[in-house]
Amino acid sequence: MSKGDKKGIFDGLIITSFCWAIVGPLTMKFFADHGATVIRMETAKRPCTLRISTPYKDGEPGINRSGYFNHFSANMYSFSLNMDSPQALEIVKRLVSRSDVVMENFTPGVMEKWGLTYDELKKVKPDIIMLRQSGFGLWGPYAQQPAFGMILAAMAGLPNFIGEPDGIPLPVGVSPYTDCISPRFAAAALIAALDYRNKTGKGQLLDLSQFETALYFIMPALLDGAVNGREPPRLGNSCPYAVPHGVYPCKGDDRWCSIAVHSDEQWANLCRVIGKTDYIDDPRFNTMRNRKQHEEIINELIIEWTINLTPEKVMDRMQAAGVPAGVVKNAAEISEDPQLRHRNLFWPIQHPDMGLFTHLGPSFELSKTPAQPRTPSPRLGEHTEYVCTRILGMTDKEFVELVGAGVFE
Amino acid sequence: MISGCRALDLTDDNGFLCGKILADLGADVIKIERPGGDPSRRIGPFWADVPHPEKSLYWFAYNSNKRGITLNIEAADGREILKELVKTADFVIESFPPGFMDKLGIGYPALSRIRKDIILTSITPFGQSGPYHNYQTSDIVTMGMTGILYQTGESDRPPEHMSIPQACMHAGADGAVGTMMAYYHREMTGEGQHVDVSMQQSTAWFLANAVPLWELNGVVLKRSGSFRWSLSSSQRQVWQCRDGYVFFNIVGGRTGAKTLYELVNWMDGKGMADDYLKSMDWDNFDMWRADQQMVDRISKPIEKFFQALDKSEIAREAAARQISICPLSTMEDLLNDPQLKARSFWTEIEHPELNTKITYPREFVKSSENACETRFRAPLIGEHNEEIYGEIGLDKQDLVTLKQAGVI
Repeated sequence: MSKGDKKGIFDGLIITSFCWAIVGPLTMKFFADHGATVIRMETAKRPCTLRISTPYKDGEPGINRSGYFNHFSANMYSFSLNMDSPQALEIVKRLVSRSDVVMENFTPGVMEKWGLTYDELKKVKPDIIMLRQSGFGLWGPYAQQPAFGMILAAMAGLPNFIGEPDGIPLPVGVSPYTDCISPRFAAAALIAALDYRNKTGKGQLLDLSQFETALYFIMPALLDGAVNGREPPRLGNSCPYAVPHGVYPCKGDDRWCSIAVHSDEQWANLCRVIGKTDYIDDPRFNTMRNRKQHEEIINELIIEWTINLTPEKVMDRMQAAGVPAGVVKNAAEISEDPQLRHRNLFWPIQHPDMGLFTHLGPSFELSKTPAQPRTPSPRLGEHTEYVCTRILGMTDKEFVELVGAGVFE
Repeated sequence: MISGCRALDLTDDNGFLCGKILADLGADVIKIERPGGDPSRRIGPFWADVPHPEKSLYWFAYNSNKRGITLNIEAADGREILKELVKTADFVIESFPPGFMDKLGIGYPALSRIRKDIILTSITPFGQSGPYHNYQTSDIVTMGMTGILYQTGESDRPPEHMSIPQACMHAGADGAVGTMMAYYHREMTGEGQHVDVSMQQSTAWFLANAVPLWELNGVVLKRSGSFRWSLSSSQRQVWQCRDGYVFFNIVGGRTGAKTLYELVNWMDGKGMADDYLKSMDWDNFDMWRADQQMVDRISKPIEKFFQALDKSEIAREAAARQISICPLSTMEDLLNDPQLKARSFWTEIEHPELNTKITYPREFVKSSENACETRFRAPLIGEHNEEIYGEIGLDKQDLVTLKQAGVI
């Protein structure tokens, strides 16, 4: 792997992170990839659900072998701590006293049970910033409900926008879709809170609900509901003001290309590409409204052409003529996509259990302070000793005693 | 939290959300539109279904908390005014095609000469460079190139596009994160930079376990629609209830056993759980290995049970029993949702020129220290011209001249 050599934006920042599953780690990724010391609090007694999720390296289950876990956790530290041990709370508090931020995404109640509420943390570190990022927020009738991806997406109404007009609503294909929504809102707010602390000396509690942030992705439809009493219609792949607009079958098994025509000029260009210039001025197709009336015929004409070509060919020829078109890529094709490679979306990093393994890289680029792959996803408890001796200043003797007492299991 | 910051927001709908998040965090965000109004004002839906540039609910939704001016940056006078404004700004956000600002002489190098520590955030479909950077696109095309579209839809049908644009949301939100990171760095070092956001990259960033599944198992995740595929069977995940749909996965073990035990109890209370369901050991039930016959025996009585219930009862019981089952919310359900009400999620914002109030989300985060609320509605066309241009020393007569010259 290439070691990060440039300074990171968050170098020196320490985050004690009770993050688990997807939402917490994705939020922390923005900080870990830019130099923060993100210490994931874990335990073998109840490992992060991703650590015990498929796929595993060589199909062999193992706490450090999950591709799901290891895909998302580059650059993070892992600290193993048995929260049931009598010394645990004291160790957490020592860590908090050295931290800028404490983050968690459990169902409300877990941190309370441990006595790790914001009010308690503040006593240890007056300017601490605590980010709590549960499914539904810290209070309210649903607060205690477990929040799994597909369920949360349905609760936020997202499937209303997917499916045929005469069919049923369908889940988003990446079923924990909302898991990637709240991390952006949380990271933006957390950086703002850090800046505010740097300037005023004041920490704060941030309470963020995954459910609520998901609604920001469909806000116009909510306003339409509130103002006009309308529910979003399911449209299949059609668009009321663009024809053709759809996903067209191409040569090969389950291969498709999207095409969307938003103007008369694009329509003319499409006709030239498929060799049907007489359709440009055909009275059935010469205006958007006429094309809308003959949408089915148009779709058939396009399929006649696409079905004999690979989606790559369709995309290349349409794009060369200025017509919006793109291969409908599966995960294998995404991992090879030349544009995404150009932008380093994926980081191949050598991992002790996984071998050379694809870790997720950044979602955007910063010109002067790029995200950098420094270390692979951590093995469970890999950094316990480092954190105890280097950050908490424990003596070797103290550390060994605590190990003997089973505190770090 | 960042009330001392100013952003110039030159984006269209591809980048709206970025400025919205910064504005909610307290920044003074100035939306800059071309004279006559931004073309994205014609995106529906519209207030009272009146298609008018000052009645677009799409525009309202993502431009609240922003002030607005008009400026033609393609005119030389317009560019000079923009440069004056850049001197007062921390961030410039834009979503023009790659190279457009450079061609006008207001790209990152030029802006950073005017203000050394300026942060420029660019949001485009594929990014500023690379093999696709000049591709023509539309949400259905971009989403196709992220991996999400391929996996969405019924297994025996074409991929299904989500009909409300999504790639711009991922990118807009990422734009806010990138801008804040660059800001944090600037506050530490005094150095500005260029934030380059790609809608394709932002959206492809999260495909759950699809990429490792391909890498480690050579398995390409397919569409599964209303059913979910395991190694050995297909299981319903979208269920019908009396007045809508219910989303629920049959999952045993650590993540799902509690939900299944509680569901069976709930069914039993209504005399609808059969002996087979009641005898199940959900702790050790592995849906990845259950055969189709078993899945069907489990599903049948559950299907019947949901069909007899209303959405509201399902939502209430699921919350009370703390289990992972939920009805699909309609927009109306969300506007009346008890959880959102309890957290005062909705707020009413005045629209005096429409003589009405409109319901908006109040805030995306509750901070113990700062208000992050939606405070005022999106700007009318050129609403703050006088106010903002006044700040940089343009008087009323200047504005009259510039208006007639088509600059503002």
